Amino acid sequence: MDNFWPIVIEAAIKSVFIIFVLATGFAYMTFAERRVAALLQTRLGPNRVGPFGLLQPLADAIKLIFKEELIPGGADKVIFLLAPVITVIPALVILAVVPWGPTAPIHCCQVTIPGLNITLGGAYFTIQSGLGLADVNVGLLYILSVASIAVYGVVLAGWSSDNKYAMLGGIRSSAQMVSYELALGLSVVGPIMLAQSMSMVDIVNAQSRVWFVVYQPVGALIFYLATLAEVNRAPFDMPEAEQELTAGYHTEYSGMKFSLFFMAEYIKMIGVSAIFATLFLGGWRGPMAEQVPLLGMAYFFAKIAASLFFMIWLRSTHPRLRYDRLMALGWKVLLPLALANVVVTAAALIDTTLFAIVVGALVLIGVVALAAYAWRRRASAGGRAAVAQSPAT
Amino acid sequence: MPVNVETVIFFLLAAMAIGAAVGLLLSRNAVHSALFLVLNFAVVSVFFLFLAAPFIAMVQVTVYAGAIMVLFLFVIMLLGAELLRGGASGRWHSALAVVLAAGFVGVLGYVAFFSGIAPEALPNVDAGFGGPQLLGMDLFQTYLLPFELTSLLLLVAMIGAVVLTRDARTRSAAGPGARP
Repeated sequence: MDNFWPIVIEAAIKSVFIIFVLATGFAYMTFAERRVAALLQTRLGPNRVGPFGLLQPLADAIKLIFKEELIPGGADKVIFLLAPVITVIPALVILAVVPWGPTAPIHCCQVTIPGLNITLGGAYFTIQSGLGLADVNVGLLYILSVASIAVYGVVLAGWSSDNKYAMLGGIRSSAQMVSYELALGLSVVGPIMLAQSMSMVDIVNAQSRVWFVVYQPVGALIFYLATLAEVNRAPFDMPEAEQELTAGYHTEYSGMKFSLFFMAEYIKMIGVSAIFATLFLGGWRGPMAEQVPLLGMAYFFAKIAASLFFMIWLRSTHPRLRYDRLMALGWKVLLPLALANVVVTAAALIDTTLFAIVVGALVLIGVVALAAYAWRRRASAGGRAAVAQSPAT
Repeated sequence: MPVNVETVIFFLLAAMAIGAAVGLLLSRNAVHSALFLVLNFAVVSVFFLFLAAPFIAMVQVTVYAGAIMVLFLFVIMLLGAELLRGGASGRWHSALAVVLAAGFVGVLGYVAFFSGIAPEALPNVDAGFGGPQLLGMDLFQTYLLPFELTSLLLLVAMIGAVVLTRDARTRSAAGPGARP
């Protein structure tokens, strides 16, 4: 118990740092999204407030603070107020187990203010500290459990608004998130097996030579698609399809409560990008990162930025999937693929011969399933064509 | 019991767990009840962390608080069964509840204080206890057969649910083996 307070203080400082970075990242992510989407669609985007429009997020925040906050008459008031909070908190805490750099010496403390002759803190000291809030042996499970809690905010917002559009948006999103959680959970099994650990630090260390995206291309693709669906991003942004549902689950929200939902969406994007970079792109690893810890953080941020740019790119160039197609993709394509990926990875870790046999068997099953699907499709299309022709003849 | 930080946190969490359980029982709105249950599950998972069982703590949140309660909420919302009708239960219900609760507390108290079965303090455990590695070894080596049987049971339940939810039209079109 004698080292209780230093641990608490260190964790508190790191938590404040993470939340500060995420909040700033959120503000500039909204700006980046508008500027990059404009670039891709040959428009200008917001460029009036400050140099290159860099103060636009600040202006937006001030506008949102002064907006009127409405609570619908039929709403369940307590849950209506709680829903944005329940949405934001999982987004903020999900990165607690992700390391953002190697173990680094940190120098502290003794700050002297010259004019006042005051010295703060005890002796000057140096501690070795891992750059990351927590290294727990169930890190990846923690991420999955926080992701599964994130569904509540959206569902409760939809239900408590007493609005049929919000309700439909909430129900759609919960169905979508629950469905894609399966493929998400299975796609991270590959990195766990390769690193032989669920700790995010061990997973990063296991990628010191080769990134896992090389061994796990299918797993990485499934993970990326499933996380896009999990954070309700285009082309999976069904829950807030404007043309059908006005604004989905946050139809009745305004002012700061609306901006909390907005904030949660963007922070979740940053979070899943960080997790993707950690699992498949080597985390903070890069040339010279072990010697210069700050360089490791820079690599990590660069990888996150690349992933975020790709998300914006997808959103501004791809149409939204239809709801039944979205569900079919999750259940009939991503889930079997993720299962097959787990089996193949396990076989490859044991033996080359077993790997060849498993791949052969899976290819056979795939061909048979595709043939059966194509045959059924042709048969039903033929049936439909016959029905369509019959009144004409 | 020595008063340290863990003790203080334990009692705070215990108060939260009991408060959530009472809220679950007393609230007249099924959605509120479900949310109190989620809070209760979350607090219980922190207790698992205290008992050096991080794996079970995370699974508790993922499976119970995350997956099962979302389905509960889904059903409550879709059926529109949020509001309970008051005064439906008879007087003998509450009398029976009081008797049963008193009996339960009595048995708990006997086991905890008089029987000598309950341990005085938690035994010290090795590093790695309750972690994913040891748990996986136990599950897949010592308890492989029960584990596989459980997964088979879950598979049967899943297939059963899929079969039950197909309506009669698609079932008759499915094949010669299907019921008309």
